Amino acid sequence: MRKTKEKIIEALLSFSGLITILTTIGIIWVLASESFSFFREVSLIDFLTDTEWTPLFTQKHYGILPLLSGTFLVTMIAVMVAMPIGLSIAIYLSDYAHRKFRDTVKPMLEVLAAVPTVVYGFFALTVVTPFLQNIIPGLGSFNALSAGIVMGIMIIPMVSSLSEDALRALPKSLREASFGMGATRFQTAFKVAVPAASSGIVVSIILAFARAIGETMIVAIAAGQQPILTMDPRDAVETITAYIVQVSLGDVQHGSLEYKTIFAAGITLFVFTFILNNISFWVKKRYQEKYE
Amino acid sequence: MKKLLANKVDAYYGDNHVLKDINLEIKENSVTAFIGPSGCGKSTFLRMFNRMNDYIDGFRKEGQIIIDGKEIYKKKVKVEELRQNVGMVFQKPNPFPKSIYENVVYGLKIQGIKDKKVLAEVVEKSLIQAALWEEVKDSLNKSALSLSGGQQQRLCIARTLAVEPSVILMDEPASALDPISTSKIEELIDSLKENYTIVIVTHNMQQAARISDKTAFFYMGELIEYDNTKDLFTHPKNERTENYITGRFG
Repeated sequence: MRKTKEKIIEALLSFSGLITILTTIGIIWVLASESFSFFREVSLIDFLTDTEWTPLFTQKHYGILPLLSGTFLVTMIAVMVAMPIGLSIAIYLSDYAHRKFRDTVKPMLEVLAAVPTVVYGFFALTVVTPFLQNIIPGLGSFNALSAGIVMGIMIIPMVSSLSEDALRALPKSLREASFGMGATRFQTAFKVAVPAASSGIVVSIILAFARAIGETMIVAIAAGQQPILTMDPRDAVETITAYIVQVSLGDVQHGSLEYKTIFAAGITLFVFTFILNNISFWVKKRYQEKYE
Repeated sequence: MKKLLANKVDAYYGDNHVLKDINLEIKENSVTAFIGPSGCGKSTFLRMFNRMNDYIDGFRKEGQIIIDGKEIYKKKVKVEELRQNVGMVFQKPNPFPKSIYENVVYGLKIQGIKDKKVLAEVVEKSLIQAALWEEVKDSLNKSALSLSGGQQQRLCIARTLAVEPSVILMDEPASALDPISTSKIEELIDSLKENYTIVIVTHNMQQAARISDKTAFFYMGELIEYDNTKDLFTHPKNERTENYITGRFG
């Protein structure tokens, strides 16, 4: 009796594990098969080299570059915002702040990550963009800059929280060694703690990067949905995710080539986040070896 | 000559009274050992001489610590300068995860010394003093973490010597090491005595007897007995000292 009960529980548990694995396999399968049939009609070379993305127009072009440039432009802006601010917060919390202060502020920061992204999107469109328009004359209502900045704000807690964990995981003796040599807090933080925790900090930035690449609502709302090959942050751009939303919500016929473009775009996105996750996994593994 | 002086020192962690009215004088170029059971306050007391307790929440002290005639807890004293003069070696070897070379020059670099020639000279001199030079002279760019525990500890001593302190505080510097490394550290301490004033906390009474000129016995936050090491170990005046050194408690 007892044994059958154990068996049932074991079966249930492994079944739940199996669901997630099957889901992942299913997603990859759908992405791969649909994009495979897409690439039977559009050559991979055109897809990677054509500089225009106009699958919904009469003059059709299927070059992913404008979507990639849009994605990377917005992501770079986001990381450029989140990295310095997130790192400063992490260093302040780990090396300067009192424990009580840290214990109250850190959860509050993490609330930033809990704000629905659609709220961030409207924040970008209705607050940040008008503000930027005061500084940069001629800035359009939709632009990469505003979406990037707000996306950066969204990923600050990822950078600060994970980096702070990495900084605080350092043995206490390391900072004591530095203080004992007559170093100031600033020198200790920047010459000892940050280099020693660098792998953890790099991981936090890569994960924030991956999060930003996959982010959808903010860019769909504030960046403008215009696939232009540009590196000018004042331009309107379209990211891969925003394009997928645009097509999914539109009236594109199921099974048509236009419909399949979202899978081709999706698999491109998947490849990038997959690579980033693997890099961060690899860095983390090396980091663990180093300190054990 | 009188180098270090503690005058009516009391210390607290929050409500915990960890040091009670300590008065003690330490002569220049001598080795002084602090012994006593765990929690007797000897490490806390050691760390008051370079103010390493400053960062501990709830730490508070009364009385004076005087080094070279100067009260070190005065407001105008720069704690960074104090620690360049009063170096410290810790219980567990704690080299920075950098190269051997970078470890030794750290103290100089944070003082803004950049001259490569000066740094190279200091590296060689400090490593020779710490009896590590012969073992590492061909691998100065290797990570300090690749060294053995005993070598790491000698590197930490070299790092401390590089900034030319006059006092070196050692907090159980050999407790994490094997017997051979321990005897190397002990020889080293003996040779450093010529130029430095050394204060060492140790759990190992044989070690205290072997290397120190004077020994202070702490118990429950009080300084029970302070005397020439030879006298303290052969003719302890206090019963608790006798009980401790004969192994009846602790």
